[in-house]
Amino acid sequence: MDHVAAAPLLPEVLEAMMPYFREHFGNPSSMHGVGEKAEEALTQARSQVAELIHARSPGEIVFTSCGTESNNFALKGVALAYQNKGRHIVVSSVEHFSIMHAVKTLEKMGFQVTHLPVDGTGRVDPDEVDRAITPQTILVSVMHGNNEVGTLQPIAEIGRITRAKGVLLHTDAVATAGVIPVDVEALQADLLSLSANAFYGPKGAAALYVRKGVRIHPLLDGGIQENGRRAGTENVPAIVGMGVAAEIALREMDNRIAWARKLQKRLQEGILERIPHVVPLGHPVERLPQIVSVLVEYVEGESMLLFLDMENIQIASGSACISRSLKVSHVMLAMGIDAALAQGSLLFSLGKDNTEEQVDRVLEVLPPIVQRLRDMSPLYKKAARTFRSSSDAGSAGPDPRRNRS
Amino acid sequence: MKYSAKVMDHFSNPRNVGTIENADGVGEVGNPACGDIMRFYISVRDGRIEDVKFQTFGCGAAIAVSSMISEMARGKTLEEASRISNRDVADALDGLPANKLHCSNLGADALQAAIRDYYARNGDSAKRRAQMPPVPEKRRQESCKCPYCDIEVPRGAPFCKKCGAKI
Repeated sequence: MDHVAAAPLLPEVLEAMMPYFREHFGNPSSMHGVGEKAEEALTQARSQVAELIHARSPGEIVFTSCGTESNNFALKGVALAYQNKGRHIVVSSVEHFSIMHAVKTLEKMGFQVTHLPVDGTGRVDPDEVDRAITPQTILVSVMHGNNEVGTLQPIAEIGRITRAKGVLLHTDAVATAGVIPVDVEALQADLLSLSANAFYGPKGAAALYVRKGVRIHPLLDGGIQENGRRAGTENVPAIVGMGVAAEIALREMDNRIAWARKLQKRLQEGILERIPHVVPLGHPVERLPQIVSVLVEYVEGESMLLFLDMENIQIASGSACISRSLKVSHVMLAMGIDAALAQGSLLFSLGKDNTEEQVDRVLEVLPPIVQRLRDMSPLYKKAARTFRSSSDAGSAGPDPRRNRS
Repeated sequence: MKYSAKVMDHFSNPRNVGTIENADGVGEVGNPACGDIMRFYISVRDGRIEDVKFQTFGCGAAIAVSSMISEMARGKTLEEASRISNRDVADALDGLPANKLHCSNLGADALQAAIRDYYARNGDSAKRRAQMPPVPEKRRQESCKCPYCDIEVPRGAPFCKKCGAKI
């Protein structure tokens, strides 16, 4: 139940990829027949990906190697292309590290960056975007759906504001594209990042949507692949896989969403019912269907993960991208969650092949694991004493969020 | 990031978890924001640690470290027990991942805090205290591993000198 880190490759996607490792191994830039075959495959994949996000033209899709590259490309590419117009960029404070660290680099290059606050559910207020835009602003980047808490951002509303003010809007849709409907016209996004492994495609293939007319400076200089916007020989098999996965995702999306919502409800309600002192994270309605993100008080996340892994249940605590750094999630801190409480993060991301039986198994094994660790925890004993005297039994405990005015 | 079989054993079956009523010494290190808290309870008889119990909030390494040092300390004299270092505990566990070596490996510090508490309560002479190793907090400030590239950086450094990551 850690699909947000990597989803398994669909068998039909692998099958579609195989010929491009073997007989159609050509370089799409070559003039001969073998190369032409690869070129045709890229053209088809470009159309399939364009359709997934309702882009007007396949020419608006630039293939990249991963979501991180797409995000870096969007920010740095637009910053370099538009620096004569202005040097101010606006991002939210819950972005993926590939945005957070890319804007740090841009700051070192002399760009100014505004980080927008979020509320307790992790959502950006569009009015804040409006206020943050100055005559110097060239780009606003707010993610579509958050990979750690599942909250969806009001991108369409933000898009109306940026469109009216003549500022470009980028959205990181790596967690949403191929999972829920994404329509670049409805969102009014000028640039949008998406990655194949979020929707059962291969690793090594991702894309950046660049609306026609938007200028972007390449990250990689070299040949004229991807219409001169991304040099380097294309990863043809992976791109073919991304195209096929996109087509299947679009076709099966309604079913996948309905299934995920069902499991999500069962899992979240079950956890809250069976384990006291658990705080659900994210927006109650505006959120991804497959994410269940909770904070378990008085226990540290990794120890729960290890015990669950022994039961053959794989989940995450915080984002996979930074778990090695042992730091408290910047997303949770931005939401105003206490650093100590954020240690108890459990992140379930459900996939189409997860079953109700698997969810029930989690609900069976998790409560004793939590209880065991709480019995070991010096914080729990202290807290248990306080609760006895101050509050009714079974309450959700103190509000984890610091007061925000 | 993989733990040794010994770490997994002590993590999944931790020894000496709990508290001691009317303990002779209690010591606590760490804080919840960093992700690890260890509290040690000792009972002392004739200068020896007769019983030791602990409570730990933390990752797998923190729990295994607590369990291992509780076994190592039991039956030792206070002098012997206070000479157990964090490095000894990590070695006894067949090593810890580099990014956990300094951050979750606080067992010796917690045990020594409990021993110091015992001395303080019993008004022991300065001579006894002189035999204690230096205050662990200071020792821990010497160096730390960068969590991103695993090289040693001075404790308290604002960023890693190799990869530039903020610490």
